[in-house]
Amino acid sequence: MADLLELTATEMTAALERRETTSRDLVAASLARMASLDGQVHAFLSTRSEAARKEAEAIDRRRLAGEKLGPLAGLPVAIKDNLCTSDGLPTTCASRMLEKFHAPYDANVVEKIRAADGVIVGKTNLDEFAMGSSTENSAFGPTHNPWNLDLVPGGSSGGSAAAVAARMAPLALGSDTGGSIRLPASLCGVVGLKPTYGRVSRYGLVAFASSLDQIGPFGRTVADVALMLQVIAGWDGRDSTSVNRPAPDYAAAVRSASAQGLRIGLPREFFAAGLDAEVERLVREAIAVYEKAGAKLVEVSLPHFAYAVETYYIVATAECSSNLARYDGVHYGHRTAEPSDLIEMMSRSRAEGFGPEVKRRIMLGTYVLSSGYYDAYYLKALKVRQLIKGDLDRAFAQVDCLMGPTSPTAAWPLGAKTADPLAMYLSDIYTVSANLATIPAVSVPCGFTAAGLPVGLQIMGDVFTEDRLLAAAAIIERERQDWQRRPGMLAGDGKAVQT
Amino acid sequence: MTDRTVKMIVGLEVHVQLKTRTKLFCGCQTSFGDEPNSHCCPVCLGLPGVLPVMNREAYRLSVMAALALHCTVAPHTKWDRKHYYYPDLPKNYQISQYDLPLGSDGYLEIETEAGRKKIRILRAHLEEDAGKLLHAEHGDYSEVDLNRTGTPLLEIVSQPDLATVEEVRAYCMSLRQIVTYLGVSEANMQMGHMRFEPNINLHITENGEKHATPIVELKNLNSFRAVERGVAYEERRQLAEWDETHSRMKAGTKTTRGFNDSTGETFVQREKEEANDYRYFPEPDLVVVEPKPEWIDELQRGLPELPLEKKNRFVTAYGLSEYDAGVLTATIEMARYFERVAELSAAPKPAANWVTQGLTREINTRGLSIESAADFPVTAERLAELVKAVEQGTISKTIGDTVLSEMIDGKNSAAEIIAAKGLAQVSDTAALERMVDEALAANPGPVADYRAGKKQALGRLMGAIMKASGGKANPKVVSGILEQKLHQ
Repeated sequence: MADLLELTATEMTAALERRETTSRDLVAASLARMASLDGQVHAFLSTRSEAARKEAEAIDRRRLAGEKLGPLAGLPVAIKDNLCTSDGLPTTCASRMLEKFHAPYDANVVEKIRAADGVIVGKTNLDEFAMGSSTENSAFGPTHNPWNLDLVPGGSSGGSAAAVAARMAPLALGSDTGGSIRLPASLCGVVGLKPTYGRVSRYGLVAFASSLDQIGPFGRTVADVALMLQVIAGWDGRDSTSVNRPAPDYAAAVRSASAQGLRIGLPREFFAAGLDAEVERLVREAIAVYEKAGAKLVEVSLPHFAYAVETYYIVATAECSSNLARYDGVHYGHRTAEPSDLIEMMSRSRAEGFGPEVKRRIMLGTYVLSSGYYDAYYLKALKVRQLIKGDLDRAFAQVDCLMGPTSPTAAWPLGAKTADPLAMYLSDIYTVSANLATIPAVSVPCGFTAAGLPVGLQIMGDVFTEDRLLAAAAIIERERQDWQRRPGMLAGDGKAVQT
Repeated sequence: MTDRTVKMIVGLEVHVQLKTRTKLFCGCQTSFGDEPNSHCCPVCLGLPGVLPVMNREAYRLSVMAALALHCTVAPHTKWDRKHYYYPDLPKNYQISQYDLPLGSDGYLEIETEAGRKKIRILRAHLEEDAGKLLHAEHGDYSEVDLNRTGTPLLEIVSQPDLATVEEVRAYCMSLRQIVTYLGVSEANMQMGHMRFEPNINLHITENGEKHATPIVELKNLNSFRAVERGVAYEERRQLAEWDETHSRMKAGTKTTRGFNDSTGETFVQREKEEANDYRYFPEPDLVVVEPKPEWIDELQRGLPELPLEKKNRFVTAYGLSEYDAGVLTATIEMARYFERVAELSAAPKPAANWVTQGLTREINTRGLSIESAADFPVTAERLAELVKAVEQGTISKTIGDTVLSEMIDGKNSAAEIIAAKGLAQVSDTAALERMVDEALAANPGPVADYRAGKKQALGRLMGAIMKASGGKANPKVVSGILEQKLHQ
């Protein structure tokens, strides 16, 4: 076999079942790819090699013994480093604050991956505490875009997106609070899904903004994302906001995908000033594919779209200021050396442990929740959030899904926006609405710019319509087959991982 | 001195620890006095990534208490985060209820010498307790024990309707009585199950002009006595301060003071010139609670008889005095015990007397308590047997006291003790007639006095007969025979 890692997760599973390969080989290939390329990409903050190898071998033995295996049996999986793991790897959130923090428990999704016989190979880089759009806010250095190492991978789940794009792991988990799965998926040319709020348990996801955070999968193909979603979706008694509602068969939905009669809403506001012309062209071409395949296009309007980013940054920072209050050096995490008293211990530990973007958001959030400002900012933002949700509800009464760009531009150079937080925040302009409205949204590749950079099409749907979104995403994937295109840095690397 | 009136105004915030097996937002056991940090999990430790899940039992108990306090139970209640940094609060926010408490607008009826009074309840809400800081004896550090972290507390806030120390005491005791009657709290004061925070100031009218003194909140009082003494001290202190400074209340401000148990004085902890900014906001990790009206109705119907209702019933149904009924309803255990004795002996009034007098005296001298059934030896069944023996004339009241004392010290029943010691009353007429004859012969003086019209001489004769019989003569029968013989 030429390069095992060119297989999608679904293909790997088929190959494993046909005994054409082994989990041991897949995991070894994955670890070898990480060893050879991650020095340049820096997708991972920590890796499990020995433990992963042993798990893979145990799964191979069980397979040989004819045991029934889980749906991820023997597949390498990467998980974002804000998901708690008790297996010896730290859970750092890419922060100095938690650099040495080892969680004593596994996140619900980690338990589910293990129960599905997936093999966790490492934990991926992110913007500190998932706050950022480029993965440059990692305390441990940025992740580079596998399509062009001088560019950002998007964020905050940049490590997971880059790991999948560089074929270091066929599947990865990220978290999405305002676009943190979809934006890096778009910029790295992979598929990334933010599920409906409540579809996946947040238990064990280190909180950034509790009412917006949602864990979701990355894969090179829509089918792979469907496979992973099937594993992690479901109710969890430890997360009061998770929803007790059976998950449909996502893979079946993807297999039976058809554009015939699909009503696609095109929000006027998504194709306005600020959208890069090349991105717009590729997105419009993608939409034309749907029309040609029998879909009906409907122009819709989301009148409160203009307030989405502002609303998002009030709600998200308010919740973040509260969620991050616990990092004070008292019970765990970074503690300053030789404090003279309690107050100094707390304030210096926080000053030293958090990076500038996290501090900026804590201050913003503290401000909007403070007495005298609460009504003007936080309360008003909650009201606008309802209006934004109302816009989307009205749209979904008319159409099956909304389509538009995931990101206003393709990947940008490292450092280009780090000095301008507002410009960085605007990268999330098309993604934050889904989080505010709690609806699912997927980013699927829809072509490449002249510079060879991937562009993502975002498809948004009403709550709990992940099956329909994935089916819709599968149509452009089938048409374009972008998932087969390899980042240039992989040229010649295939040999290195042959086994 | 000018013409003035002084009125004290007190409102109370009371934290009641609920009797749940586990904590408010995780499955850890609630505990007291165990090895520090032995009842903790990622959730109550506030580790990264954890989420709270509401303990339904804590909510149910809270609703019961709210209903018993005549509160309106909110059809829609939610949780809020209250932020402050303290090492015993691992998340640096407390999950509480801010603007939509589970219960509001109720009242608690109290009883003092001055009569009954309704004290309005502003609100009742649930929140989680913090841990404990233990200051190391040696070294400049503190230790944190998080066993208590997350223990469910019901905070009950009264309106400022309390005007005297007596009312404050009655309110606190009455509240304790109610929560124990309901079984929503053990209300063990030694274990800190009830913590009181009175807000106190004075309204002083001088020469027709009304002034209010600055409001003082006394923090963390955990005994009835501390509340009484603290409030009484503040009443005196604020009046003295007024005379000295004429300092008046400023809107929205209050001073927090502590209470020193050994000096009986209060002391300044912190001046709240500005209200603390707790940055309350709705807890996004918990869902809103919307109890079904039928469920609330069911709880309402299932509420047990409350102390004052029970007291009223004891007076009307059993013909007890207000005082005795009060003593017998002081605790639910006492009330249950009494009713059982009354029922088994079919003699409620004598049963009440036995419980409030003989029994209470005996157990007090031995340091026993009716509330701790485990080490209380006289079951209602055993006492009822004794009450019956006295009522049926098998033994006298006086002998009954002796029997009771033996019952407490041993395991024998009243009947066994009576039989073993030959304590049964002599009601045999022939034997008693002989005793009477002997007494009449031995006491000619009183006999003459009686016959001369001094009826009180009968008592002396009775006394002589009872003494001669070793207390075993049936006084009713004796007095019949005696009168008959004297009139012969």
